[in-house]
Amino acid sequence: MGDHAPLLDARSISIHFGGLRALAEVSVQVYEGESLGIVGPNGAGKTTLFNCLCGQLRPDNGSVSFAGRPIDGLPSYRRARLGIARTFQRIEVFPEMTVFEHLMVAERARRGDGRLWKDLLNLGRPRRDELENVEEMLSLVGLSDVAMTPVAALSLGHCRLVELGRALMLQPRLLMADEPSSGLDTRETQVLGDLLRYVQRERSVAMILVEHDLDMVARVVDRAMVLDFGEMVAEGTLREVMANPEVRRAYLGRGA
Amino acid sequence: MSSFLDYAIPGIPYGCGFALLAVGLVLTFRATGVFNLAFGAQAFLSAFVFDLLNQYAHWDQPASFALAVLVVAPGLGLALDRFLFRHIPTASSTAKVVSSLGLLVAIPEMIPIIFGGRTRHRIGYLWLSPNLVYFHLGSTPVNGADIATTVITLGVVAALLAMFRWSAAGVTMRAVVESRRLSQLEGVNASRVAAGAWALSSTLAGLSGVLLLSQSNSIDPTNPLAFTTLLVAGITAAALASMESISVALLGGIGLGVLENVLVKYLPPGSVLATGFLPSLPFAVLVIVLLANPRLRHIEQSSDPMASVDPPPPPPAVSTRDPRLAAPMKWGFRILMVAFVASVLTWVPGNWVFVLAQGIVFSVIFLSVTMITGMSGQLSLCQATFAGIGAFTAGRLAEHLGLSVLAGALVGGLLAALVGIVLAVVVSRVSGLLLTLVTLAFAIFADNVLFQFSWSGGGITGVDVPRPAIGPLSFASDRYFLVLALVILAFCMLLVVLVQRGTVGRYLAAMRGSPGAAASLGINLTSTKVVVFAMSAGLAGIGGALYGSAEGPIASTDFSYVLSLVWVVVVITTGATTVEGAVQAGMAFAVLAQVLSYLPSRLDGLEFVMFAFGALTYAKHPEGIVEYQKARWLARVSRLLAAWDARHPGSGQPSLAGSGETASAAPAGSVELSNG
Repeated sequence: MGDHAPLLDARSISIHFGGLRALAEVSVQVYEGESLGIVGPNGAGKTTLFNCLCGQLRPDNGSVSFAGRPIDGLPSYRRARLGIARTFQRIEVFPEMTVFEHLMVAERARRGDGRLWKDLLNLGRPRRDELENVEEMLSLVGLSDVAMTPVAALSLGHCRLVELGRALMLQPRLLMADEPSSGLDTRETQVLGDLLRYVQRERSVAMILVEHDLDMVARVVDRAMVLDFGEMVAEGTLREVMANPEVRRAYLGRGA
Repeated sequence: MSSFLDYAIPGIPYGCGFALLAVGLVLTFRATGVFNLAFGAQAFLSAFVFDLLNQYAHWDQPASFALAVLVVAPGLGLALDRFLFRHIPTASSTAKVVSSLGLLVAIPEMIPIIFGGRTRHRIGYLWLSPNLVYFHLGSTPVNGADIATTVITLGVVAALLAMFRWSAAGVTMRAVVESRRLSQLEGVNASRVAAGAWALSSTLAGLSGVLLLSQSNSIDPTNPLAFTTLLVAGITAAALASMESISVALLGGIGLGVLENVLVKYLPPGSVLATGFLPSLPFAVLVIVLLANPRLRHIEQSSDPMASVDPPPPPPAVSTRDPRLAAPMKWGFRILMVAFVASVLTWVPGNWVFVLAQGIVFSVIFLSVTMITGMSGQLSLCQATFAGIGAFTAGRLAEHLGLSVLAGALVGGLLAALVGIVLAVVVSRVSGLLLTLVTLAFAIFADNVLFQFSWSGGGITGVDVPRPAIGPLSFASDRYFLVLALVILAFCMLLVVLVQRGTVGRYLAAMRGSPGAAASLGINLTSTKVVVFAMSAGLAGIGGALYGSAEGPIASTDFSYVLSLVWVVVVITTGATTVEGAVQAGMAFAVLAQVLSYLPSRLDGLEFVMFAFGALTYAKHPEGIVEYQKARWLARVSRLLAAWDARHPGSGQPSLAGSGETASAAPAGSVELSNG
């Protein structure tokens, strides 16, 4: 793995919010097909790091390249088209749409197929191959039952799956999942963890997983890094990093 | 230097009027989250009542002041809070702007209904007479009104600042601004604090209105929007203060007053700069401040640490209609259309044919609101400007080149679309409230500057847009014109529906739901917004050309920015999310005006009041009150049908749920599958 160039290579990312140092010189490398877990206490800068990687925040310093190409200046929609998909810690769904429509929008967006003239000539109807892709994804994430339900009527667990399915519709090379188990019960977390592992192993999608549930992290990730107060304090296998005294201090408090 | 001061000094009391408005805007926004567009109208109401009591009922000044500024103004503020804004504390800022827009339309229209529409020429003043010069600053005479305005403004703002810094009420208000919910947990009655803020800001509006009386020559209850420039300057000063700082708002207001006075001196009189640039200056400054002040970008993001406990905004009514209703509704609609056209061509009286034709033309224009507000979720307040561009283009092309009106309407629509693209690119970095304010500034600019030129809407006779003709077919008669307009409307509706159902429409729905998630899918928000702005402006342009053709000679006043506000309010009331909503709005707007014209003339404008009150329901029913009621009735019929099915098993067709079941044919379980 180490022989190849990394798929995502972020170096020395720093960002400040006013006087608050949210990230300090954080570097992340993710290789093709690999899954990296990022753990750390609340407020450690995990979601901020995500936002910097996918272009929703501009870091003060540092550079990000994807598949060997610098993407620092690219807005988030251009990064998405390169194959970086994400889910959100606080659910971000489109409340007026059904589950089916969520996936269909993502399918269209992947093809970059939003031309006004096509709509005006009524060429905007779903094509057979698009329908097949959507149905395949519905059954993969287990949402075929509720395909025609507006997401406003779905439970949080279902919404997390909708987000995941929507992200996967982009056929990403890198999936960034931000606390996908937050707010879910044990069974739902189990289903989601299995799904993530399946996607990563069978479809060889590289993955960055931010997660508090260490059982889930242990099942899904190959490698982990720990953030605390915007700094990377440890990196290695999950077992290694959790044994690290720095990490124990960050998680358990100064007295530990 | 002394000549500079000669111009700068009178600018100070002039700017104090702006400053009070700006301070009031900032105060309301900070304390309640409402950008109160109706602020100018509130100021006018108090000014009007003061003048009425003081000059016509011969009350003395203190009594008039007490009733107008200390009773009517805070009373209005409390009423707005009690009956409107208290019920929508967590509504989106768009919903709050729509509510204040409804008030901006309703309050001025109600003044002539209540007090009569006679223009009054005797103008009162507060405290010191504007006709007495008290002393000279350098060579500048300082009259009583200058002193009164400056002293009262500075005194009031100083008192406000002191209150916020040192008084318990001020500290409480600041706590409620930081987090309404947390302060409630601390035992603060946040609703009462918000009511206090409304009363206070409304009093400020009343005070500024009364102070500004000395700057007017007459008071026209039918045109209170003569306060327009005040509103623009007030918003500019408030934006300079990032909607945060009361002292910056004060300085900004005074600074704008001085700037305007000084520029009058330094620009050569009669030059293009003085006639073209100077009037557009306030709008240019406003747009620049709105776009360039980075701190404004985040004004709509809640910093409340407990914001996540807010319930989500109300979802639009899910139209669960029984599929069996589709065919009767479709055929009912077709029969209705045939009957409509046949009636119009035969027995409907002439004046009503004209009214119905107007309604159809309005419907075309209102489709543009459907696109921009209903589909992209942005509130544009310059649709009348786009309509004006279309109308004047068609008229001037017909006049100078003899171009057919239909071709002219197309060119006008294209031109409006181009202007829309430029505007959309300018505002591409902002959305929500800032975008609304930029479009408002553009509309007022077009009203005051762009449409005043002799080559656009200016001139004494107005612009004549002839009735269209296709070869030998003339549509000069109202009846034939109506049929042509109907065909154009149907075509435009088709285009809007195609976009709504197509990819762009789905992208827009995604953007409305979550801009961040839409971008994370690879949707280019900017270009999508530009496209929808362009198409919306184009539709408004075509509709505007038809409107001109229907009405006969038109002038710049036919596309005043007030009309943009009214139109948006009308469409939002009936339903901005569907094409039917636009048609309902167009027909209702024209028909209601005609029906109400049979009432005493004092009630002119009652339809605006009715629609404006309808818009106040927007926060609760964003799909429009008519569409909401329609959805409710359809749901009721669907339930009845379902109940009938339950009692007669086997006779019913599969209901809507059936489509969901077919989709579930491939059962879930792939996750378990992947475990193996």
